[in-house]
Amino acid sequence: MLELILFSSLNGLLYGLLLFLLASGLTLIFSMMGVLNFAHASFYMLGAYFGYQISRWVGYWPGLLLAPLLVGGIGALVERYGLRTVHKHGHVAELLFTFGLAYIIEELVQMVWGKIPVDYRVPELLNFSAFTLFSTTYPAFRMFMLCMSVVVFIALLLLLTRTRVGLIIRAALSHPNMVGALGHNVPMVFMLVFGVGCGLAALAGVIAGPALVTYPAMAASLGPILFVVVVVGGLGSLPGAFIASLVIGLIQTFAVAVNVSLADVLGHVGITLTRDSIGGDLWMATVAQVAPIIPYMLLVLVLIFRPKGLMGDRDT
Amino acid sequence: MNRHAYLLPWIAAVVVVLLLPYVFSSGAAITMMSLMGFAIIFALSFNMLLGQTGMLSFGHAVYYGLGGFMTAHALNVIAAGKWPIPLPVLPLVGGLTGLSFAILFGWVSTKRAGTAFSMISLGIGELVAACSLILRGFFGGEGGISTSRTATLRLFGISFGPQIQVYYLIAAWCLLCMAAMYAFTRTPLGRMCNAVRDNPERAEFVGYSTQMVRFIAFCVAGFFAGVAGGLAAIHYEIVTSSVVGAVPSGYVLLMAYIGGVAFFIGPIIGAVLMTLLQISLSDYTGAWQLYVGVMFVLVVMYAPWGLGGLVLMHAPLLSAGTFRRVLPAYALVALPSAMLFAGGVLLVETSHHLLVKATEGPAMRLFGVGYEANSPMVWVAIVVLLVVGGVLLKRLSPKVSEAFHAARQDALSKRIAA
Repeated sequence: MLELILFSSLNGLLYGLLLFLLASGLTLIFSMMGVLNFAHASFYMLGAYFGYQISRWVGYWPGLLLAPLLVGGIGALVERYGLRTVHKHGHVAELLFTFGLAYIIEELVQMVWGKIPVDYRVPELLNFSAFTLFSTTYPAFRMFMLCMSVVVFIALLLLLTRTRVGLIIRAALSHPNMVGALGHNVPMVFMLVFGVGCGLAALAGVIAGPALVTYPAMAASLGPILFVVVVVGGLGSLPGAFIASLVIGLIQTFAVAVNVSLADVLGHVGITLTRDSIGGDLWMATVAQVAPIIPYMLLVLVLIFRPKGLMGDRDT
Repeated sequence: MNRHAYLLPWIAAVVVVLLLPYVFSSGAAITMMSLMGFAIIFALSFNMLLGQTGMLSFGHAVYYGLGGFMTAHALNVIAAGKWPIPLPVLPLVGGLTGLSFAILFGWVSTKRAGTAFSMISLGIGELVAACSLILRGFFGGEGGISTSRTATLRLFGISFGPQIQVYYLIAAWCLLCMAAMYAFTRTPLGRMCNAVRDNPERAEFVGYSTQMVRFIAFCVAGFFAGVAGGLAAIHYEIVTSSVVGAVPSGYVLLMAYIGGVAFFIGPIIGAVLMTLLQISLSDYTGAWQLYVGVMFVLVVMYAPWGLGGLVLMHAPLLSAGTFRRVLPAYALVALPSAMLFAGGVLLVETSHHLLVKATEGPAMRLFGVGYEANSPMVWVAIVVLLVVGGVLLKRLSPKVSEAFHAARQDALSKRIAA
């Protein structure tokens, strides 16, 4: 039991930190431009695929640097020549633009790398088990993922709170017109933030790609979870996104490990239910089975009862 | 003009729908027209939200899919119990299912507007999609729910076995729903929906609850989506859990938006076009979804009123007789547009051939011309077509909009003079 709790917390923490790498960019982009970037998870996928391709040519480590740079560049171009064009048509048009972009990226990835998962391998250097606790071994690559996420998190925190660039970005979040009036190039800041956000997503893709599966549906399966994180944490709030990422990461990981259904619980208090009772499958579904639903339940509940999210300062 | 002139388009629609199977009589064509029938209802119901009330839903397929499932279950129950219920009323079951779930979920989601509404609709969509894999009894697991449409009560000896009979059933429902949804836009409530879309604050000031207006629009849209789902269940005779997922929800958004959400007729155009593309284009190219995606993004970027809007923009010019004045400008951009199009298609098809069909060797055919996909000449041609076409189009497009605005100005002043 202790073993389960320990490893689930470790995996949950890791998953949560990965989510935060993506959610931080998404929430920054949203609070600056008011655009909920539907294609954010697609940039994560592009990062994983670019990393895979580079690892095939020159090895894993160059990909760790090059893939995020490439994807960040693509993201900046998308902002400059795509989003800025549709901006005049309003927020719905911007949302739809990123929706279409996600669709195109998925089709392109399928075309270039095929519909089946690619063989993105853990680098040889890290292909050993870091430690063994009780009877379970923990791969070194996962420890590396954990460290990378923490490093990026701290770097982001320092960048935003301790540097001049971070100061301008934070100012542009709440008072873009004033920042513009002070002589800063606000559209440039937007482009930069969009590019960096996409680059961070790509970095998450490169470090998650070998451990999770790199396949064309990885964006579509992660994208909605990201929205949950951003909305639950409070739109535009980085600390909120951080807490929500960890909470959802832990919930998802722990739920998968719990094999209890409503029928089991009610069985203890003397009510016997089978698949044939009224409601049938509902009683028999285990917590592990309903794990994919929990984040969305959380999303709907938060939007109804606390539209600002955990730490947000404005309504969604 | 007499006062029944507004009936003319509807009479024309009825005649067209009745005659279509005689013009396109092949089995494939009749199947395709059946698909168009419920796609039109689905797209129009989606547009009640996006186009008319300003609510962007990412989970509209929930009501479509649940309507389909309930219709399939109802068909099975009717067949097992030999109930005296004829098939043509069954889409009502789908509609009422869509309505009930829209009341349930709409009560939650229409509390909010804008991006929050979109997010809730996405969450509910994912929720139902995830549930469909857990509640195997209702959703039938991987295999879905199969049914048979012929085991219901027969009226006038119609069995609904042959596809042509199903076509007429779908066509009748489609016309009925189109008329009902159009009528809805003309009611005071329909007008209030537009007000809530355009300026919710003022709508509140007039004394309406924007939340109530959104809720009612959501429920009505859910009803029609359910009818479309019911017809789909009758057509396919099987419903699988994929119909409640994110893919059909996104697909209906593409249909409605590409057609044009600002006009009633837009989603109809979109549904017909997308069904046509889905079926005929997929015969020619494996990359058809990429084309659809690119088309969608282009529409969002350059033609936010959709293809229907592009066509309807010219109506005042035609009626005022100034249309021929824009023709020279259009002729001017025809060549660069064709170059861009050809370059784009060549790029996609050639890369598709090289990447996906690598085992078949480099020889390929496009537009009836055979060539080697890996020859440098082809790639030079692609770059030339794209760059030259793109530069020319960028240079010439201001002239087109200039000519168009001049012609429209003339048309307007003529109308004022008249």
